[in-house]
Amino acid sequence: MRQLDDEAVVLRSYPLGEADRILVFLTANHGKVRAVAKGVRRAKSKFGGRLEISNRVHVNLYRGAKELGVVQQADLLDGHPTIRTDLDRLTGAMAVLEVTDQLAQNDLPDPRLYQMLVGCLESYDDPSMVPTLIGPAFFFKALVADGMGPEIEVCARCGNAGPLVAFALLEGGLLCDGCRRGRSVSIDAVHLLQRMLGGHLRSVLHEPDSLAGSEVAALAAEAIEGALDRRLKTLRSTTNF
Amino acid sequence: MYPGPLRNLIDEFARLPGIGPKNAARLAFFLLRTPRDEAERLSSAIREMKERTTFCPICCSVAEGGQLCPICADDRRDPSVICVVQDPRDLMVVERSGSFAGRYHVLHGGLSPLEGIGPEQLKIAELEARVQDGVVTEVILCTNPNVEGDTTALYLSRLLRPKVAKVTKIAAGVPVGGDLEYADEMTLGRALEGRRDLEA
Ligand SMILES: [Zn+2]
Ligand SMILES: [Zn+2]
Repeated sequence: MRQLDDEAVVLRSYPLGEADRILVFLTANHGKVRAVAKGVRRAKSKFGGRLEISNRVHVNLYRGAKELGVVQQADLLDGHPTIRTDLDRLTGAMAVLEVTDQLAQNDLPDPRLYQMLVGCLESYDDPSMVPTLIGPAFFFKALVADGMGPEIEVCARCGNAGPLVAFALLEGGLLCDGCRRGRSVSIDAVHLLQRMLGGHLRSVLHEPDSLAGSEVAALAAEAIEGALDRRLKTLRSTTNF
Repeated sequence: MYPGPLRNLIDEFARLPGIGPKNAARLAFFLLRTPRDEAERLSSAIREMKERTTFCPICCSVAEGGQLCPICADDRRDPSVICVVQDPRDLMVVERSGSFAGRYHVLHGGLSPLEGIGPEQLKIAELEARVQDGVVTEVILCTNPNVEGDTTALYLSRLLRPKVAKVTKIAAGVPVGGDLEYADEMTLGRALEGRRDLEA
């Protein structure tokens, strides 16, 4: 493949040399792809601000013998202006980009992950949606897509209908009092999680912040970090924001 | 394949930003052919820079021998306005624009959650300390026009607004995506004049 023409989201961006950047894209149909954007840091770059992290673009890459391609053209499809002016949306979106970068494989098409990412960024960019649970919902849905989704309807160990009082990803999800281990979970958080993953995500994302929401967000972070077997830099560096 | 000392120098050059192995070898061979006293000028320039350059105890910009930087030492500069930049080179760009008469604060980087760079890694506590006594009435955020710069500006706005009467950000006009370093003086001057209050 010498020429790659696809829609993509910019996941990462590293300065290179005097004025270039190495970009990591998640493309719609070609998986994760790395490429150099030449001169992108100069004030008069032909790319302007189109290749910023989190932007959705249409890109044209030239790929020679080397793994690293060269960006030839980029057209902006969505620059997410609301994300860029709201600290909580911006840091939430960064965590989602970090997780996506971990989940996506080089050159391995994953259109479902791409669609989930695009939907998630659109939610962050929608001022009517409360940002707190957008990232956590993405983390859980990514786990489900990888076949690691938690059991949330009955006890993951004994199948008991409940009440469900704890959460441990290694045990498979929510747990009853008899099987309790991991982290304690309030009944409100259990209900919120069930609504979130049971087809009511849109209405959940329009509700104001709550204690149950913070609990679910913490569960999601723990679950995705456990599944990836690494700490997320984004979550660690923004705890005091 | 190269003798040890030459290989060491090539390795050292290759660690510098923007220098690949080929350029590192080119520089090392240039110095090999250079007269001894000229090559030693380079090594003593590096040594002196490391020995005598310090950070200004007030604004964290570069200074000499533990002293205040020339701007903090100049009492004609307005102490009630602080222009916050990410890098000492950005400070020079704003100075060259000639449209700013206040003081500066240099963060030495931008917040980058994806790289794990949080507030503790930047000179943010030092900035917070400077606005405690009420002398500062405006903080102008002159961060890079990219995601890192935006994150930094939004964070600082949230942090400083309870303490400073006005927190403003330079107007768009500095091209988005580009480094501030590459902005020309005219554009930057206009961006400073057109600064606006930052909501958060
Ligand atoms: Zn059980
Ligand atoms: Zn100073």
